[in-house]
Parts: sequence; structure tokens; C-alpha cells
Amino acid sequence: MSVLIFLDQSEGRIKKSSFEAASYGAKLAELMSTNAEAIVLGDVADDLTQLGNYGVTKVHTVKNEVLNRLDAQVFTKIIADAVKSIDAKVIVFSNNFNGKSIAPRLSVRLKAGLVSGAVALPDTSNGFTVKKNVFSGNAFAYVSIKTDIKIIALNPNSYNITTNDGVAELAELATNIDAFKVEVLATNKVVGEVPLSEAELVVSGGRGLKGPENWSLVTDLAKLLGAATACSRPVADSNWRPHHEHVGQTGLAIAPNLYIAIGISGAIQHLAGVNRSKVIVVINKDAEAPFFKAADYGIVGDAFEVMPKIIEAVRLLKQA
Amino acid sequence: MKILVCISKTPDTTAKIAFVDNNTKLAAEGVQWIINPYDEWYALVRAIELKEADPNSVVHLITVGTADYDSIIRKALALGSDEAIRVDANSDDSFFIASQIAAVAKKGQYDLIFTGKETIDYNGSSIGGMVAEILDLPFISYAAKFNLEGSNAIVVREIEGGEETCKIRVPLVVSCQKGMAEQRIPNMKGIMGARSKPLIVLEPIAFETLTQITSFELPPPKAGVKIVSADKPEELVRLLHEEAKAI
Ligand SMILES: Cc1cc2nc3c(=O)[nH]c(=O)nc-3n(C[C@H](O)[C@H](O)[C@H](O)COP(=O)(O)OP(=O)(O)OC[C@H]3O[C@@H](n4cnc5c(N)ncnc54)[C@H](O)[C@@H]3O)c2cc1C
Ligand SMILES: Nc1ncnc2c1ncn2[C@@H]1O[C@H](COP(=O)(O)O)[C@@H](O)[C@H]1O
Repeated sequence: MSVLIFLDQSEGRIKKSSFEAASYGAKLAELMSTNAEAIVLGDVADDLTQLGNYGVTKVHTVKNEVLNRLDAQVFTKIIADAVKSIDAKVIVFSNNFNGKSIAPRLSVRLKAGLVSGAVALPDTSNGFTVKKNVFSGNAFAYVSIKTDIKIIALNPNSYNITTNDGVAELAELATNIDAFKVEVLATNKVVGEVPLSEAELVVSGGRGLKGPENWSLVTDLAKLLGAATACSRPVADSNWRPHHEHVGQTGLAIAPNLYIAIGISGAIQHLAGVNRSKVIVVINKDAEAPFFKAADYGIVGDAFEVMPKIIEAVRLLKQA
Repeated sequence: MKILVCISKTPDTTAKIAFVDNNTKLAAEGVQWIINPYDEWYALVRAIELKEADPNSVVHLITVGTADYDSIIRKALALGSDEAIRVDANSDDSFFIASQIAAVAKKGQYDLIFTGKETIDYNGSSIGGMVAEILDLPFISYAAKFNLEGSNAIVVREIEGGEETCKIRVPLVVSCQKGMAEQRIPNMKGIMGARSKPLIVLEPIAFETLTQITSFELPPPKAGVKIVSADKPEELVRLLHEEAKAI
């Protein structure tokens, strides 16, 4: 018996959300008095023995370059093989894009109940119940998994990474790699920027900023903080900002440690994508803007006057 | 192309979320029900566009739900599409729903199965992948663009911090999000026509459920906002650094 964690990689590096999944899986294994083992597919540059730092005792690898791209059907078969060979009872994914492609398939293949969007460790006192995000951040559900094997897809930024000085053992998994049915023609990544879904700090702008020419108020602050940038839907729809920055009900749902909203009214559909942020800061000239009700800190004021001062204060803080 | 679009029913995006019966049920009073936005705006509209480009195509809708789903499915029919199938069952288990959809899809020999990227109430983003695995088909999730080139699909899917363009032979399952199509509003002709389109009701096939929702919980209320004077914005930076320890 063991807990198996699927560690997702991009360009040969393990994704941050996967370290969260590793810490979560290791803690769960501890609660179940068993081992946390991990599986990494593809050719990875990172030193995988270091995964011991997150509580993983053994890392199963399939070092084949074709697996640097995703074909969820092929991945699912390999992971299912690993589950059988190590007798895993719980499989942990990050609920990121690749996790969302693989975990549902594995659930069917293993007839293992899946809870996606988990936000806390399961309660095993009476069965196996996992707390998950529902109603787009407006509520939680407790979902009981009834099957012998269980699958959890953990929401990014909802479990703290913990480290120790452990060292993981490495093992090559013997498995067949089926032919890919998905051919990747092109990959287009925004280089040098923090991916929004994984960002801990996010600075976001709305229609209150009047036009794309004023966006340095957002981007300058983001750069100083090492934050990702986001925007409201009308901003993306007007092409002031790229579509991948749009957060909310119809855009990306995020849960950073800090979300700074500048000139955004806080419509319910916008809140649906950001209300799981730990600390929310709202800067809006209208004291009645609904966003203040969801905020932890706020300034009622004109962004064009307030933001340059905030940027300067952060610059000083970073120099100190 | 024979296209199957999976349609689910969700509370309106502005609905107030509260629970009753010991936190086991959504308080349904005053809740407006809509077609899950991703199913309507992206999966359904893109399917209709494909049919408009190739009149030999057919678009069928499927929903797994009880009779109270009928108004939703009529609205979906009004947007365009040829017929709708409703599997008469109510479940919150993704595997059960996916099994019903897969059984209908298998019988109907569809080339394309479209779902929304997720339901805005359960937020599972699982049903498309499950249907694909049951049918042993490829699945592309979070598709932002979809085009056909003969029997190949060219799909742009979202990945962390960017996008990826893939080529896959049909048949396949695709979960759809923003970018696929533009929202449409049904016109009078569509609404009238929808009344006479077939809505086939099927009995569910017996399948086990793998999970069960035991209860719901609302997030703890916010403590309230701390307002910093606009005359001293640097005070906000100090609070974020020293008090919230967020920067
Ligand atoms: C089904 C549905 C789904 C939707 N999905 C989304 C979604 O995913 N994401 C999303 O964002 N929206 C979504 N919307 C739209 C949403 O309802 C709002 O219309 C939108 O969020 C408003 O964007 P905004 O706050 O930038 O603009 P506005 O509502 O125009 O607000 C601008 C704000 O800026 C303030 N302001 C103006 N000037 C200044 C200044 N000089 N300094 C400081 N503040 C200033 C104003 O007081 C105002 O509060 C959706 C709507 C629907 C119906
Ligand atoms: N009851 C249902 N009937 C038909 N399709 C559904 C149903 N529930 C979900 N779907 C489809 O599956 C997608 C993903 O749902 P979920 O996995 O619950 O987030 C939705 O966007 C719909 O397209």
C-alpha cells in the first residue's frame, strides 16, 4: 500500500503546483502510515532525489523524451501500471491543465473515485471524505469516495509546501509507451512571466484604468513584486490586455496569496475567479464598489494618483 | 460530422449560494437556472458553426437530468441543433453521468463530443475525460480553438502560461472554453422551431457511483475591509508587508 503522486513537468522542470501535490501526498501518506511515492514522466533536468525534501521516499521515472509532451491516453496507461506495481491506494494530482486531462481518465480506468479541486487533506475518521471547491469559489463540498482506490486532484495554491532534508530513491518504471494519437504542432508560452495559475502574487486591472496606455500602473507594480498580471473580462474583450490574463467566472480561477485589484468594480462573475485569494486589496475611487465587501485592505481613491505612490513605496521596501 | 454536445444545468452566475437541509442541498428558492455557460457559449455554438460550414453535419444534445432540465434543453435547441436526448436521472457523481453520456455516444457513433470546460456549480472538469476513457478516445481539455481539416482536428488547448496547438484524428472528445466561439442569442425562428424538434427521453442504464457529496459549507465571512487613507497610500504597503506578510 502507498500514496502515489503524479509530478507534472514543463520544459524539464517540475512545476510548482506539483511540489504542493508532493507535500500533500506525503502528509496524507503519513496519516495513513504508509509511503509517499511519486511518478515523473519524460526527461527531467531537475535532481529528482531532492523530491525527498517534500517527503517523497521513492520516485518512479520513465525517462523518455516523447513523454515531454502530453497524450493523456498514453500517460493514463503508464500511471495505471505504476499504481498496480506499487499497490497505490491514493493517487494525487495537481488540478492543473494536465491533471485535468489525466485524472478523470485514470478514475475510469481504475474505477477509482475522483475528487477534483480538493483544498484540504481528506478526513479519514469515518470513510474517506475530501473537501473541494464548488460553486466557483463560493462554497465547499465534502465528497466521500466510496472506492478502494482513490484519486485526488489538489487545487493549486491551496496546500502549503513543507520541506525537510530527506532524499528520495530513484527507480525506472518498466512500462510500454503506446503510440501518441495527439501530435503537438506548436507550443506558445509567454516567456519570462510568472504563469497566472501558479502565481502567489497577482496585480490586476479593470476598466477603471481607462485604456491600455495606462497599464504601467499595473505592470510596474507587478514587476517590483515578482507578481503575475491579470485583468477583468471587459479589459480582455477590448484587447487592452491578452486573453490569458482574464480572470473570473469565464476566465481563469486563481487563488494567490495576494490579489491587488485596481479599478475593478468587483462584479460577482469577477469575484468567482478570485475570491479564494488569501489577501485581497482593492483600489477604487468609488467607496460603494462591491469589491470592497470582499476585500481585506482597500483604498478609496483615484488609481492615477494613488498607484505611483504605492509603486514608489514598494520600490523603497525592496531596496531596504 | 456527427456531433454530440453535452449540456448541463447550473444556477445563474449571479445566484446567491446558500444551503438547506442540514447543509446537504442548495437553497433552490429564487435561483434562476441556466445552461452551464461553457456548454452554451462555446461547446454548443462551435458545434452549430461547424454544422453551418458543413450542412451534412448533425448536432445532437445530451443532458443527464430529470424533467426540470427540459426548459434548459429547449433553449439549447433554440440556439440550433437537430435533436436532444435527455437521460432521465439525477446524480452528482461524475462517473455515473459520464457513463450515461458514453452509452448514448457509443450507440450514436459520434465523430465529435463537445463538453464545457467545467460546470460552474460542481467545478469538476472531469466528465469529458471520463467519457473519452470509457470510449477509448483521445480527449483535449480546455480547448480555445477548434478546426477541422478533413478527418483531422486542429485544436488549440490551454497549458500553464500559454497554449499548445495539437492535431488529432477524429473521433475525439473536446472540452471547450473561451475563444472557441462567440456567445449567441436565440432568435424567434429558433425558439419557435425548437418546440417541434425531437427531445428523446431515455431511461438511465444502471451504473455504480464512485463518489457522493455528503455536505456543503460556505466559506467563513471576511472580517471586513481595512480602509487606508488615499492621502497615505504607502501605509498600505507597510500593512501588506508587516501585518498581512503578503509582500
Ligand atoms: C455570465 C457572465 C460572465 C462574466 N464573466 C466575467 C469574468 O470571468 N471576469 C470578469 O471580470 N467579468 C465577467 N463578467 C462581467 C462582469 O459582470 C463585469 O461587467 C466586469 O467584471 C466589470 O469589469 P470592470 O470591473 O473592469 O469594469 P467596471 O464595472 O466598468 O468597473 C470599473 C471600476 O473602476 C472604478 N474606477 C473608475 N475610474 C477609476 C479611477 N480613476 N481610479 C480607481 N478606480 C476607478 C469604478 O469605480 C468601477 O468600480 C461576466 C458577466 C456575465 C454576465
Ligand atoms: N448532467 C450532465 N448532463 C450532460 N452533460 C453534463 C452533465 N454534467 C456535466 N456535463 C458536461 O460535462 C462538462 C464538465 O462537467 P464537470 O466535470 O461536472 O465540470 C460540462 O461543461 C458539460 O458539458
